[in-house]
Amino acid sequence: MIRSQVLCCTGTGCSSSGSHELAAEMEKQIAAAGLTDEVKVVKTGCFGLCALGPIMIIYPEGTFYSQVKASDVKEIVEEHLLKGRPVKRLIYSEAIEKDRMLSLSDTPFYKKQKRIALRNCGVINPENIDEYIAMDGYLALEKVLTTMKPEEVIKTILDSGLRGRGGAGFPTGRKWQFAAASVSDVKYVCCNADEGDPGAFMDRSVLEGDPHAVLEAMTIAAYAIGGTHGYIYVRAEYPIAVRRLEIAIKQAREYGLLGDNIMGTGFSFEIDIRLGAGAFVCGEETALLTSIEGNRGEPRPRPPFPAIKGLFGKPTMLNNVETYANVAQIILNGSEWFASMGTEKSKGTKVFALGGKITNTGLVEVPMGTTLREIIEDIGGGVPNGKKFKAAQTGGPSGGCIPAQHLDTPIDYENLIAIGSMMGSGGLIVMDEDNCMVDIAKFFLEFTVDESCGKCVPCRIGTKRLYQMLEKITSGQGTLEDLDKMEALCHHIQQNSLCALGQTAPNPVLSTLKYFRNEYIAHVVDKKCPAGVCKALVTYTINDNCKGCTLCARNCPTKAITGAIKEKHVIDQTKCVKCGLCFANCKFGAIEKK
Amino acid sequence: MEPKMLNVKIDGISVSVPEGSTVLEAAHAAGIKIPTLCYLKGVNEVGSCRICVVEATGARGLVAACMHPVTEGMEVKTNTAKLQKARKGTLELILSNHNKKCLSCIRSGSCELQGLCHEYGVDEDKYSTVPDETIYDDSAVHMVRDDSKCILCRRCISACEKVQDIGVIGLVNRGFDTHVGTAFDRPLGDVSCVSCGQCIVACPTGALHEKDQTDEVFAALSDPEKFVVIFPAPSIRATLGECFDMPIGTDVTGKMATSMRRLGFDRVFDTNFSADLTIVEEAHELIDRVSNGGTLPLITSCSPGWIKFCEHYYPEMIPNLSSCKSPQQMFGAIVKTYYAEKNNIDPKNIVCVSVMPCTAKKFEVGRPDQDAAGVPDVDIALTTREYARMVKLAGIDFVNLPDGDFDHPLGSSTGAAVIFGATGGVMEAALRTAVSTLTGKEDDNMVVFNEVRGADGVKTATYKVAGMDIKVGVASGTGNARKLLERVKAGEQFHFIEIMCCPGGCINGGGQPQQSAEVRSWTDLIGLRSAALYKNDANKAIRRSHQNPDIIQLYKEYLEKPGSHKAHEILHTTYIARKKF
Repeated sequence: MIRSQVLCCTGTGCSSSGSHELAAEMEKQIAAAGLTDEVKVVKTGCFGLCALGPIMIIYPEGTFYSQVKASDVKEIVEEHLLKGRPVKRLIYSEAIEKDRMLSLSDTPFYKKQKRIALRNCGVINPENIDEYIAMDGYLALEKVLTTMKPEEVIKTILDSGLRGRGGAGFPTGRKWQFAAASVSDVKYVCCNADEGDPGAFMDRSVLEGDPHAVLEAMTIAAYAIGGTHGYIYVRAEYPIAVRRLEIAIKQAREYGLLGDNIMGTGFSFEIDIRLGAGAFVCGEETALLTSIEGNRGEPRPRPPFPAIKGLFGKPTMLNNVETYANVAQIILNGSEWFASMGTEKSKGTKVFALGGKITNTGLVEVPMGTTLREIIEDIGGGVPNGKKFKAAQTGGPSGGCIPAQHLDTPIDYENLIAIGSMMGSGGLIVMDEDNCMVDIAKFFLEFTVDESCGKCVPCRIGTKRLYQMLEKITSGQGTLEDLDKMEALCHHIQQNSLCALGQTAPNPVLSTLKYFRNEYIAHVVDKKCPAGVCKALVTYTINDNCKGCTLCARNCPTKAITGAIKEKHVIDQTKCVKCGLCFANCKFGAIEKK
Repeated sequence: MEPKMLNVKIDGISVSVPEGSTVLEAAHAAGIKIPTLCYLKGVNEVGSCRICVVEATGARGLVAACMHPVTEGMEVKTNTAKLQKARKGTLELILSNHNKKCLSCIRSGSCELQGLCHEYGVDEDKYSTVPDETIYDDSAVHMVRDDSKCILCRRCISACEKVQDIGVIGLVNRGFDTHVGTAFDRPLGDVSCVSCGQCIVACPTGALHEKDQTDEVFAALSDPEKFVVIFPAPSIRATLGECFDMPIGTDVTGKMATSMRRLGFDRVFDTNFSADLTIVEEAHELIDRVSNGGTLPLITSCSPGWIKFCEHYYPEMIPNLSSCKSPQQMFGAIVKTYYAEKNNIDPKNIVCVSVMPCTAKKFEVGRPDQDAAGVPDVDIALTTREYARMVKLAGIDFVNLPDGDFDHPLGSSTGAAVIFGATGGVMEAALRTAVSTLTGKEDDNMVVFNEVRGADGVKTATYKVAGMDIKVGVASGTGNARKLLERVKAGEQFHFIEIMCCPGGCINGGGQPQQSAEVRSWTDLIGLRSAALYKNDANKAIRRSHQNPDIIQLYKEYLEKPGSHKAHEILHTTYIARKKF
């Protein structure tokens, strides 16, 4: 009889840190201790606390081990599993309060979270459909197929207030209504799993950790709108997600939960996977659909909207992974339950991928209305290394930077737009005093320029010119006139681009200009980078603290530092490439960075 | 089913249009012109240049008029200050990546980008950027691709892919690095391009243009050793006037001849003469194949773009091709044999210059087995556009020229010859002669064959002639040619098929005068141009090729009879199976 379960996270982050080998080692040690019939190892999806991976949770106690190494496994088996003594030094430090072990849900990281879309991630083995079913999986589908009419399903989603989690926040119920209203023998239900924002991995975690949630939701959606075929468009850069989806589809078909005559109700629905090929723009609805058709992945103007005329000319409904991940729960718990969470216009929860200068990088899910401060400081553990918070970027390359003055903004779709950003898909990048906001804008523009499909003039040429202007500014050649010109170009691109990629591309520039104009002015007027990031505007010099230890001179890649032993050294500015190696290594604080 | 009509307002003007119409179509119906750049009706409708942006009720932000469907009660503004600023900004972005040397550009004056930039008062130096290195491809015999002037409107790609159903050019790379190119950026001369030039007439700028050979012609004219003859194709007389801003479809036969005289050509002949000759030879070939179990259907061979297309894509149909040279090539052959011998001129000193609606003719000139006198039959094939440039450079006031005549004997022609320029024209001309030959009499009711006229891509008809059911087919545009050829391959029986490479026939050839997208989209260019040819034919006293007295004389004096050994040596040619890749 299994008395204990060891859950090992095998999301992409922990897998890269060797969690599969860890799980194998755990199996080995359990066998060596003769515990194979009592202890089960379960490979799960992402627990969310990626900064501290590889993660291992042992039940029934709920002991949260973090940063586990292969060499720790034997001790865990002997001490914890055999003798019932958890290995304190490996436990997530926040889970220990004085000498008391906190339940996971009481730790600062998890306390303010409400995991709906992520409910099964880190809990079940995503490659085992029985575990999904054990967690009430496919119960929602059964309820829908046997007790609800399609209109009722749509009304439930509509009343729940669920809005598209891909970034635009369009009311999901309304999208389903449009698709249901179209008359056609063939209708497509598609899933946008082309998650492309840099730093975003919400959808990846759902696909890797709970793929059936997406399949069940798509089938429910198909029933509601009259869908006959489904496609999940996954970016090819998510091989684990692809594999887990393939396994899930196969298992669902075997169980009669997908394909012909689902659950014997006469309703049929097929799902196939289509892979992306490295284009961020294919996350845009019309580009995604034309890519499935085998064409160049480029958006087209709308109308006609895909709900009327989409894939292969047929009515098509496309939803984001996270949107789907909420559907089954809404059906089971009711629209009022979902609508009871969140703000007036933004119901439910949102998954955020915390990245950048934050202690607890990882995945979190919070009710809408949670403030940025709560996410960054309480859940995220704040900015590490004693640095000062400067800005948080939401919405990826389409979003904006939010400064400290807005940290108490309750997160919802409208609020974020009002302060110059947007919800986006959930990427939340934190920046501190060592980040240059002009450089950040340039970073996002570089991404956009690379990913522009090239179809329309304002985006194809406009973003390139915008990027070149930022290059000019960060290299010290910008003028005040350039700032005005840049701002005008931003508005031009926003107003004239064909699709949302171009229309939102200037957002990082506009928001940084709005909140951090002083940094831009410093770059163009003073020719200085206050954060010390823009290499062309940074100068390294040696001051009187120099003891002449020669460490810097010996390690300088361009031999720009000269000086005799025990004598003050000098940096040759013509040779210095601003790599910062001397600054980072000097033990005497003799290198100054201005 | 009548389409539902929707009422909309464009700039305050009410108009009613069928459901499914775009804002651009509604504006056109209201008599309002919205500027466009990438739009080409029925060919390229993408909404990518963002020049046609308008403000429309119910729309989220600015929308492209060429794509945005109208709804009942929609109100559109097409020319607000905001829109002008938007269009100007977009033009300035295009210019920031464009070769701005208008002075030396072949399209200066007719360039659609230049025209819009003037209208919107742009600042061409707004972005002081240096455009990246671009591809300049002059590997093809007939044309030049200059990427530095490409604005990525995609009209050329649509012409090649969608209209011609060939697709040797497409988009390479993405984003700012996007450019138009062949697969793996191979030189155009190395891929299976058929040289039709449809991409050139689709292009709004100077990015695509014919290889200009006017210098060579002027040099020949200045060379006292050279005997330079010129002979224009049938369709030129219906289109040349457009280069001088004359109304589309003006018959300028007389002025054309006079201008050639003034340019100093030693002889001003007419390709229509050899068009008659081609008909006599080809009608004979048809009757011969029908009577003696030869390969049917017989397919015409006067369109070198079609010939190259056949060689690359349907080499199995080569035996079906008529062995007759095209009128251009027959003409040069006759000049350098018959005319040269008769007038004691060394063919090596004769320079044969044709004026053609066609860029593929430049390719045809260099084909093997086109050298009846041991030298190339034709030396230079000029496009209509190049000829017009010669006239302008020579300071000739074309519009006010008196009418002139062609020289004899190679300048006379019948009505059958002049209609060669329209799709179905060769077929009709051939039928006139074939009917006469088969029935032994001239029936005035069998002169006009309406079933093969008109701009439909594929036309078929059956005619009862001398107890036989002659089934004919006509296709223009290689996309339509494919459709007809697939029907043939599937077993449908035809006796005679006319295929023209360009949609509508030579009057819409790749060498014809440039017309803006505005004209191409909304004017019946093919209809207006071909009407001039049919009218010219109707007014001719002699309308059957075999009744041309100078043709009769040519056979009597020199060729003996149609299909004779001499005729085969001089007037017939062979073809080559070419690879697709």
